[in-house]
Amino acid sequence: MWNYAARRILMSIPIALGVSIICYTLVLLSPGDPIQSLLPPDATPEEIAYLKKAYGFDKPIPVQYIYWLVRALSGDLGISLQTNRPVFTEVMGALSNTIVISVGAVMLAFSLAFVLGTIAAYNAGRPTDKIATTIAVVGVSIPNYWLGIVLVIVFAVNLGALPASGMGTKGSTSFNIFDWEQARYAILPILTMSLVPLGIIMRTTRSAIAEILNQDFVQMLRAKGLGPLAVLRHAIRNALPQVMTVMGLQLGYLVGGSILVETIFAWPGTGFLMSKAILTRDVPMLQGAILLLAVTFVTINLLVDLLQTAVDPRIKRT
Amino acid sequence: MSVASLSDFTAAPAKDKLPPVRGYWASVGNRLRYDYLTLFFLSVIAIIVLLAIFAPFIAPFDPTKSSMAYRLKAPGFRNFILGTDELGRDMLSRLLWGGRTSLLMGIVPVCLATLIGGALGVTAGFIGGRTNTLIMRTMDVIFAFPSVLLAVAISGTLGGGAKNGMLALTLVFIPSICRVAESATTQVRALDFVEAARASGGSTVSIIRTHILGNVLGPVFIFASSLISVSILLGSGLSFLGLGVEPPTPDWGLMLSTLRAGIYTQPLLCALPGAAIFITSLSFNLVSDGLRQAMDVKS
Repeated sequence: MWNYAARRILMSIPIALGVSIICYTLVLLSPGDPIQSLLPPDATPEEIAYLKKAYGFDKPIPVQYIYWLVRALSGDLGISLQTNRPVFTEVMGALSNTIVISVGAVMLAFSLAFVLGTIAAYNAGRPTDKIATTIAVVGVSIPNYWLGIVLVIVFAVNLGALPASGMGTKGSTSFNIFDWEQARYAILPILTMSLVPLGIIMRTTRSAIAEILNQDFVQMLRAKGLGPLAVLRHAIRNALPQVMTVMGLQLGYLVGGSILVETIFAWPGTGFLMSKAILTRDVPMLQGAILLLAVTFVTINLLVDLLQTAVDPRIKRT
Repeated sequence: MSVASLSDFTAAPAKDKLPPVRGYWASVGNRLRYDYLTLFFLSVIAIIVLLAIFAPFIAPFDPTKSSMAYRLKAPGFRNFILGTDELGRDMLSRLLWGGRTSLLMGIVPVCLATLIGGALGVTAGFIGGRTNTLIMRTMDVIFAFPSVLLAVAISGTLGGGAKNGMLALTLVFIPSICRVAESATTQVRALDFVEAARASGGSTVSIIRTHILGNVLGPVFIFASSLISVSILLGSGLSFLGLGVEPPTPDWGLMLSTLRAGIYTQPLLCALPGAAIFITSLSFNLVSDGLRQAMDVKS
C-alpha cells in the first residue's frame, strides 16, 4: 500500500505541471498585450523594449514559463490589477469561504443521499425507489443557478426569512459557521450547492447497495433470520468506501465549480472572485484563481484515492 | 383451496408462434417501444427542438424589439402571453428564439467532442504503447480541472461569445469521451476476431472500420448522450455569467441573468427561462438513461 501511495503521489506531479502549463497558455492566448496596458499610448519603441526586458517578455516563451512557475511555487502569483494586492493572499482568503459552503453542501448531500439511496436500493422497483430515483435525476438536471434564484424568491423575497446574498456583516473577514447570525447567510448557498452531489451520491449509493444485496452472503444472512436493518448494516459497511470516494470527488467539483452559486449569492469565495475578475478583465487574478483551484482539485482527488486504498484493503492497485 | 393443475405449468407456448429472434438494434428498439417514460420525454425533446427550429414562424413578436413603456409586465399583459422582460421585449418570443442558442450550446459541443475525443480514443486504444500514454496522459491533465472551472477558465481568458463558449465546452468534454472510447477499443482489440482479421490480411484502417467502430460506437454514443444535459446546463451557466452568448441575442441563460434584477417586482418572469433549461436538461437526462438501459445487453 505504501508503495502505491508513493507512486500515486509521484504521478500527480506531472499532472500538476500540466495544469500549470494550461493556466499559463490560457493567458498567452488571451486577447490584449500586457505591455500595452502598462504603457501610455505615446510610448517610444525604446521605452517598450525597456519595459519588455524589465518584465522578461523578451525571453522565449518556455523560459518565461519557467520563470513564472518558479515564482508561482514560491507563492508569488502576481498583483491583482483591481485591488493591487497579491493574488495569492486574495485567493487563499476566498478559498476558505468556498470550502465552508462546499463542505456544508457535501455533508448535507451525503446524509440525505445515503439514506435515500439505501431505501431505494432496498425497495428496488417499488414506488419508494421510483420517488428516490426521480429526486436524483431532478438534482442533476436542475440548473443550480436558477434554483438559487428561486430559493431567493421564496425565502428572501416572499418569506423574508433568510438573507438573499452576502456573508454576514459588511467587512467581516472571518466566517464562523457556529454563530447563527453568520450561519444564516450560508444556508441558501449550501442548499443550492447540495443538489447536484445529492443526485450523484444517491445514484452511487443505490447501485452500490443494490449490487451487494444481490450477493450470496446477503442471501445467507437472510436465511439465518436477520431482519432488514441487520442485513442493511452489512450492505452499508461494504458500500461505504465506494460512496465516500464519490463524495470526495464531489467535494472537489464543488470547490472548483463554485462560481455560479457564489455569483448568485455574492458569497465572497473563489468563484465570486473569479467572476469579478472576468468582469474587470483582471487577468493575473483570474489565472491565479484558476491555478490554485485546479491544484486544490488535484490534491483532493489524490487524498480521496489514498484514503480509499487505506480504508478498503480489497482494492488491489498495481 | 384450489390446486394448480400440472398443465398450468407445462402448457407449452408451442401453440403460439415462438418469439421472433431479433438483432441487437431491433431488440433495443423493441425495449424502447415499451419504455413509456423515455418515449414521453423523447417527444418533449422533439417538441422543444421543433419549437426552436420554427421559432421565426411561431414567435408572436420580434425577440429583440424593446419597448420602454411595457417593461417587466406580468404574463397575460395585453398580447404578451408570458409577459415582457426588463427591456419590454416579449418573453414568449425570446424563450422560443432562446431555445435555438441554448440547444446549439448543448448539442454542438457534444458532437464535436464526440468526433475529436472518439477519434483520439480509438487511436490511443488501437495503437497502444507510447501513443496511448501520450494521448491519455494529456487527457488526464485536462481532466484535472473541474468541468465548470475549465469552461470558465477558457471562455474567461479568451473572452465571451458563443463561439468561444462552444470551444470551451468542447474541450471540457473531449477527455471523458476519449477515455470511454479508449477503454472500449482496448477491450475489443484484444479479442480473437481482431487477431483473425489481421491474420487474414486486413489493414489497420479496415479493421478499425469494420471491427472496432461497431463495438466502440455504442458505449461512446450512450456516454455522449448523457453529456448533452450537462452541456446545456454549462452553456447556459456560461451565458449567465456573461461568458457565453452576447446580448441582445436571446438565450435562456442570459435571460436568467438579466431578469435577475427584476426578481423583486416580477419573480415569475425570472423563473421562466430557468424552467425552460430545467425541462430541457431533465428530458435529455431521462432519455439518455432510457437509452442506456435499452442498449445494455446485460439487463
